[in-house]
Amino acid sequence: MSLSSRTNEKLAFTFIGLSMLTVVASVLIILYFIISNGYTALSWEFLTSMPRSRMTEGGIFPAIVGTVLLIVFSMLASLPMGVLAAIYLNEYSKPGRFKWAIEMAINNLAGTPSVVFGLFGLALFVRYFGFGSSVIAASLTLGILVLPVIVRASQEALLSVPMEYRHASLALGVSRWETVRKIVLPTALPGIVTGSILSIGRVAGETAPILFTGAAYFIPQLPSSIFDRFMALPYHLYVLATDGVDIEGTRHIQYGTALVLLLVVLGVNTIAILIRRHYRRKLRLG
Amino acid sequence: MVNGLFQGRDIGIKVSDLNLWYSTNHALKQISIDVPKNQVTSLIGPSGCGKSTFIRCLNRMNDLIRSCRVEGDVVVDGTNIYDPDIDVVELRKKVGMVFQKPNPFPMSIAENITYGPKIHGIKNKNELNRIVEESLKSSALWDEVSDRLDKSALDLSGGQQQRLCIARTLAVNPEIILFDEPCSALDPISTAKIEELIMNLKKDYTIVIVTHNMQQAARISDYTAYFLHGKIMEYGDTEQIFENPRVKSTEDYITGRFG
Amino acid sequence: MRMSFKRWHKEKMIESTLFAVATATVLILILIFLFLFRDGLGLFDTYSFSTFITGQAWHPTSYNPQYGLVPLFLGSLLVTFGAICISVPLGITSAIYISEIADPRVSEVLKPFVEILAGIPSVVYGFFGLVVLAPYIQLWLDLPTGQVALTGSIMLSIMALPTIISIAEDAISSIPSSLKEGSLAMGATRWQTIYKVVLPASLSGISAAVILGIGRAIGETMTVMMVTGNAAVIPGMPEGIIESVRTMTATIALEMGEVSMGSEHYHALFAVGSVLFLTTFILNLIADRIKNRYKFKLEGS
Ligand SMILES: Nc1ncnc2c1ncn2[C@@H]1O[C@H](COP(=O)(O)OP(=O)(O)OP(=O)(O)O)[C@@H](O)[C@H]1O
Ligand SMILES: [Mg+2]
Repeated sequence: MSLSSRTNEKLAFTFIGLSMLTVVASVLIILYFIISNGYTALSWEFLTSMPRSRMTEGGIFPAIVGTVLLIVFSMLASLPMGVLAAIYLNEYSKPGRFKWAIEMAINNLAGTPSVVFGLFGLALFVRYFGFGSSVIAASLTLGILVLPVIVRASQEALLSVPMEYRHASLALGVSRWETVRKIVLPTALPGIVTGSILSIGRVAGETAPILFTGAAYFIPQLPSSIFDRFMALPYHLYVLATDGVDIEGTRHIQYGTALVLLLVVLGVNTIAILIRRHYRRKLRLG
Repeated sequence: MVNGLFQGRDIGIKVSDLNLWYSTNHALKQISIDVPKNQVTSLIGPSGCGKSTFIRCLNRMNDLIRSCRVEGDVVVDGTNIYDPDIDVVELRKKVGMVFQKPNPFPMSIAENITYGPKIHGIKNKNELNRIVEESLKSSALWDEVSDRLDKSALDLSGGQQQRLCIARTLAVNPEIILFDEPCSALDPISTAKIEELIMNLKKDYTIVIVTHNMQQAARISDYTAYFLHGKIMEYGDTEQIFENPRVKSTEDYITGRFG
Repeated sequence: MRMSFKRWHKEKMIESTLFAVATATVLILILIFLFLFRDGLGLFDTYSFSTFITGQAWHPTSYNPQYGLVPLFLGSLLVTFGAICISVPLGITSAIYISEIADPRVSEVLKPFVEILAGIPSVVYGFFGLVVLAPYIQLWLDLPTGQVALTGSIMLSIMALPTIISIAEDAISSIPSSLKEGSLAMGATRWQTIYKVVLPASLSGISAAVILGIGRAIGETMTVMMVTGNAAVIPGMPEGIIESVRTMTATIALEMGEVSMGSEHYHALFAVGSVLFLTTFILNLIADRIKNRYKFKLEGS
């Protein structure tokens, strides 16, 4: 081995290492700014009180409630649908044109910009179905947005269930559906749960799809039905940072909101990753 | 087929003119064979000759393989199991199967056994407990696991897992049990236990077993069929097949001169 | 053993239900097409198609409005191009680092790190870009405002990284180790092996990663809207990178809140949305093609 190829390798690896470092550093910098500026704003009161004085003071309680509502209703819509579609794809469908079409559709949904979902939600749910700007219209829009995440995670989880389990069950005279229900689904559950939790993070963080489907700049009371408009954490942050009454003066509220949003999303993602890791380990031991 | 082979025994499975293709690969050719009731019938032959393919035909596990196409009759209890109105679920309750690699479910030992009966409608706790005990006793596992029925089945040794799989099959109360090389993943002691178990089971069940192990076939089976290239070259009384094979290739295989 | 009608019926019912649900995913995509294009094409009842496509100005005023796509399309292109120039080299080298160079224990930490990166909401990126990065850019480059295309490109490049890293990493780690061992056994260094064997073999997977990264960047809304200044002018080349621009996504998000439903302006925004959707749709199809081809190739060998 010549000296120069050694030197080349050193150079290349140094460069690659530096570039990885850049990636890590840029994320850490972002996290640092949000956390170091945001934590002073955090308090129990901040989380549980309504905004006051035209949102220049007070807390973010209604935005938290709105985000929780979005999570609940979008999951109600997309979780059953995503899991059932994945079951059909993995356990029933035969390879062919139809399966290809579904998988193509899911890939395309996954790559469609979130603002396009917003337009779609506006055209279909708000206007065509007449839901108006509302919790339900926004939740359904977000539900469609995360459908591919749930389908893919569920498919991956189903795929990891050993074929032998299915064969053993079928050989005991158990029907296909009972095999899916009693053996395949329970075994795939951790993976499915991971995927759904990841999609909760998505729902909590998305702004563009709710811009025209129900998010409100400010409403003095909490939504009382699914046909009411709502406030949500990401939209609240956007509004305060770009369109508020006192943009410079409310920076601490903005940082606080950003931190809460970040904590929700990262918390949820970390839980998902930990669950997955836990069960991967277990499967390997088993 | 040799006339009078079974000396008036009942026939458990009657296969006639069975052909099977994987896409264009003609894997089973004109198979005709009568499997006697309450006897152990073993299937031997070199790798790739179609033993597994054939045994999977007997409970239609081949239905799961998309490229697979079957022609011919397999008659169990007077019905051709390839009739279009046959329910494979009912068929497989009647014809159980134990696989090469032990494949217990990731559940407790007891749950593995009650899995089938529960789905088939047995709800009574006492009845289920009775089935657990009985199946584990019949599969000679009871003494080893009776104190840890609620522990994971995955913690058992390979041999114990395979006996659990047998117990699980017994719990559904089949008439016929198919074994596809049940001992190939096990140590000699576990193998001996399973062989003994199989010989005891033939009182109550009709047994078909695929094995690569000539001694095993000779030890435990009453009848033996020798497969080669998707055909049955010779079928008869085990003793006769091993001591006095009529076909040259059988003799070559048995004496190890093959391939 | 005869089929019991009840069970047959039940199993068929379940299969049909599952089939219907799976079909619904295709239906949703079709519905998106329909509703987007229906409202988008509505523009051309009153406005000329060619003026929309080739128009140089976007002035959605009530008197004599102009809905020219060109400045918005070029705005999207410019910001995306800038982002890709940064994130492709960073992303691919990071993917190489994770799958080929790093100690496996380090990779085990870096992989979830990348996933977390993907989880940060775009509005948080936008907020950071707005309050931290933009002032720095303004200061460093001595600009009248820091809300310029470059700021958007930098933020977008960070956001496109997870897509690029994870897909490229998949492609690189799916190279069979026998291939690498063959090269190492001939006395090649690890770098030569990566450069001459691993990268060429995973090229199509990496291209798919880049294309999906482009799709991610072009479709991003909140971040660009918050940091690029949103001036709807045709960006100059190359000085446009340090001027304010406005993308297709930002235009939709900014203006949709204020239009009256069913107006010409409303339809114009849907027309922009349709262009955006078509663009990402085509990018997705290309990426899909490339990925399938490389899967096929690897399986074939
Ligand atoms: N799922 C399948 N799809 C396509 N061809 C198959 C499949 N299973 C088996 N075959 C083919 O059918 C023939 C018989 O295989 P089979 O597994 O039945 O042999 P076997 O006698 O059980 O061999 P072994 O002793 O190795 O288990 C072989 O040529 C094999 O390649
Ligand atoms: Mg076999």
